[in-house]
Amino acid sequence: MTQIRPSRSNASIRQATNHIVTAISILSTIVVLVPLIAILFYLIYKGASSLNLAFFTHTPKPVGESGGGMANSIVGSSLVLLVASLMGIPIGIAGGVYLSEYGSGTWMGAIIRFTADVLNGVPSIVMGIAGYALIVVHQHHFSALAGGVTLSIMMIPTVTRTTEEMLRTVPNSLREAAYGLGVPRWRTVLSISLRSAAPGIITGCMLAFARVAGETAPLLFTAFGSNFWPHSLNEPIAALPLQIFVYALSPYDEWHRLAWAGSLVLITLIMLSVGLVRYVTSRGQLKGGM
Amino acid sequence: MGVGIEVVDLNAWYGVTHTLKDITLNIPPNSATALIGPSGCGKSTFVRCLNRMHETNPAARATGTVKVGDRDIYRDASPVEIRRRIGMVFQRPNPFPTMSIYDNVASGLKLNGFRNRKVLDEVVERSLKQSALWEEVKDDLKKKSGASLSGGQQQRLCIARALAVDPEVLLMDEPASALDPVSTSKIEDLIFNLKNEYTIVIVTHNMQQAARVAENTGFFLMGQLVEFTSTNVIFTKPKDKRTEDYITGRFG
Amino acid sequence: MRVKFHKNLDELKERLLVMAGLAEQAVQRSIEAYRTRDLSLCDLVFQSEPAINRFEREVDQMALDLLAMEQPMAVDLRFLYAVLRINADLERVGDQAVNIAARVQEMTAQASAELPVDIPKLANLSSAMVRKSLQSLIEANSEMAHSVLAMDDEVDAMNSDAFHAITELVQRKPDLAPQALNALIIARNLERVGDHATNIAEDVIFWVEGADVRHSSDSRSEKRDVEETS
Repeated sequence: MTQIRPSRSNASIRQATNHIVTAISILSTIVVLVPLIAILFYLIYKGASSLNLAFFTHTPKPVGESGGGMANSIVGSSLVLLVASLMGIPIGIAGGVYLSEYGSGTWMGAIIRFTADVLNGVPSIVMGIAGYALIVVHQHHFSALAGGVTLSIMMIPTVTRTTEEMLRTVPNSLREAAYGLGVPRWRTVLSISLRSAAPGIITGCMLAFARVAGETAPLLFTAFGSNFWPHSLNEPIAALPLQIFVYALSPYDEWHRLAWAGSLVLITLIMLSVGLVRYVTSRGQLKGGM
Repeated sequence: MGVGIEVVDLNAWYGVTHTLKDITLNIPPNSATALIGPSGCGKSTFVRCLNRMHETNPAARATGTVKVGDRDIYRDASPVEIRRRIGMVFQRPNPFPTMSIYDNVASGLKLNGFRNRKVLDEVVERSLKQSALWEEVKDDLKKKSGASLSGGQQQRLCIARALAVDPEVLLMDEPASALDPVSTSKIEDLIFNLKNEYTIVIVTHNMQQAARVAENTGFFLMGQLVEFTSTNVIFTKPKDKRTEDYITGRFG
Repeated sequence: MRVKFHKNLDELKERLLVMAGLAEQAVQRSIEAYRTRDLSLCDLVFQSEPAINRFEREVDQMALDLLAMEQPMAVDLRFLYAVLRINADLERVGDQAVNIAARVQEMTAQASAELPVDIPKLANLSSAMVRKSLQSLIEANSEMAHSVLAMDDEVDAMNSDAFHAITELVQRKPDLAPQALNALIIARNLERVGDHATNIAEDVIFWVEGADVRHSSDSRSEKRDVEETS
């Protein structure tokens, strides 16, 4: 008979292993957190001094003039992201629903899944060029709409794949419970599957949103940027990442400071919007529910 | 009121596997009918054919006639319509975790577009009383999620949910196999009370349970209905040797 | 497979058969005592009674335990039910032996007389019924058990003949009444032994076939039903 009971020396080895693994995971957590906190503090250090009311209310001033702000970029980014989300999230979720509830195991489903994965890996600059070639060239001008559509295409694969994965975690027993009550399939998908997977799907949408919110390259070729207040979605529009990009590349110290401030505002806005969505969707949850 | 179920030459397949072979039987109304047999014998497939749940699996197929009351459910009606008339309770309690206790019970009506608050309130109360859960949950109806209840309570919640759409038949697929003995006996008491109003078909692995709750019992083996007769006959003097071997534990 | 349960059932059957042996032996000895007027045999019969009673309680307890803990079904349930009934019958057979032995004790004090009852023949017949019913239990042989039922009529007839012969004798020779009545009671006791054997056979049939043949005028037809369907 081989010895299968743990001996004393084994026990000490196992305890040591336990401590090591715990230490490694704590260390990893720190490694993840440090850059985020460092970036945040550095941005505050560099950019906070340039933040004032004018930053949030004025459009940029020409070189040499002091003052001016990025108000048009904040509004522009919001509009472009709104367009992207309004297009990307519904299409993405619909795609995920198809993959999980209808198309699993079909060749159609396989093609869509493959396409989504490839799309996810396409460099953002390529997406920008594609947006330029497919929309801007045909419209003969840059526009907020073109920017939004391009970003939405970048959101779709992430939303689709997370929606699919999240729907797959919904136990089949819940669908059967609904079928058993004589609930039609479409209603089951909407009210049971999607409803149960909602927290995960929202996380996926937030991930996709946060990712495209900071994208610069696709907007260079589509939204282009502007120094003025936007009047319609059908004209070139300013966006925070674009403005940061332009200011950061400029030779002027004043603009560099504004770029830092813009970065700080961008990150804060992303954090705020993600936090807000989380807060709103977590309200109305029941005791003991998911 | 419950209605009888008449099954003639029912055959079912999963892919190429022939899981039910020429099943013919009559389930009398307003009684409990138990189906027993070893795992994989087809008894679960059989009840899933009774409300066309079987066909929700794309690889599944069924032929034959199933008449519930005077309607042939495979010819005269849509699956969705059939499932409203034939309630189903599953092995593992499966309340909707995102819904309150109230919404769980009302879900069958609400998800089918029924919105009258007053009627919903009445139906929820009646169903919860029928499933003997009302006293335990009446104060938390809209506060607590269905998933916050204990396993036994969850299963009674699922029974209430099935009763709320006012079915004629209640199919139960091993409804107590995941429950402790106290919860199990509550479910069995429910079955005893409910069969005055519904026709109950219960699949069970627990032969004593079949003996306790059912008037008639069917023994399935390898996709065939070996014997179907009064429960007391099955458990005291079964006619078929295979039934005898199974229920006395001389099987396999 | 329920190995432990089926082993326990076998043990129970063995215990019942040991008890059956004791009861049968007691009847044999009481009849031997009748033939030989050997009072020591009567004592042996009296001594065996507590042992038989102890066995009865033991078998009852074992059967009850198995009913409570194993929830037997079908053939096993019928077996335990039959065991409980057979157990009671065997205890009664033992009692009959004691009754016979008591009569024999009394008769040895009385003047011996030529009586018109063939007690040994009656005893052979009822003992044969007991043995056969037990053999059918051992072999789970319902065919054999059915043949026991047929034998009962003969025992009943002999007992009835004895009654008439004794009545006639007592009317003719009233001074022989004590001996004659003792012999009649022994005949009656043996007839009861036959009845218990009949009961045992019926229980064996119930166990094996699942058919209740008690008090049925035509037990054959019921048996045919069972055969057709199995």
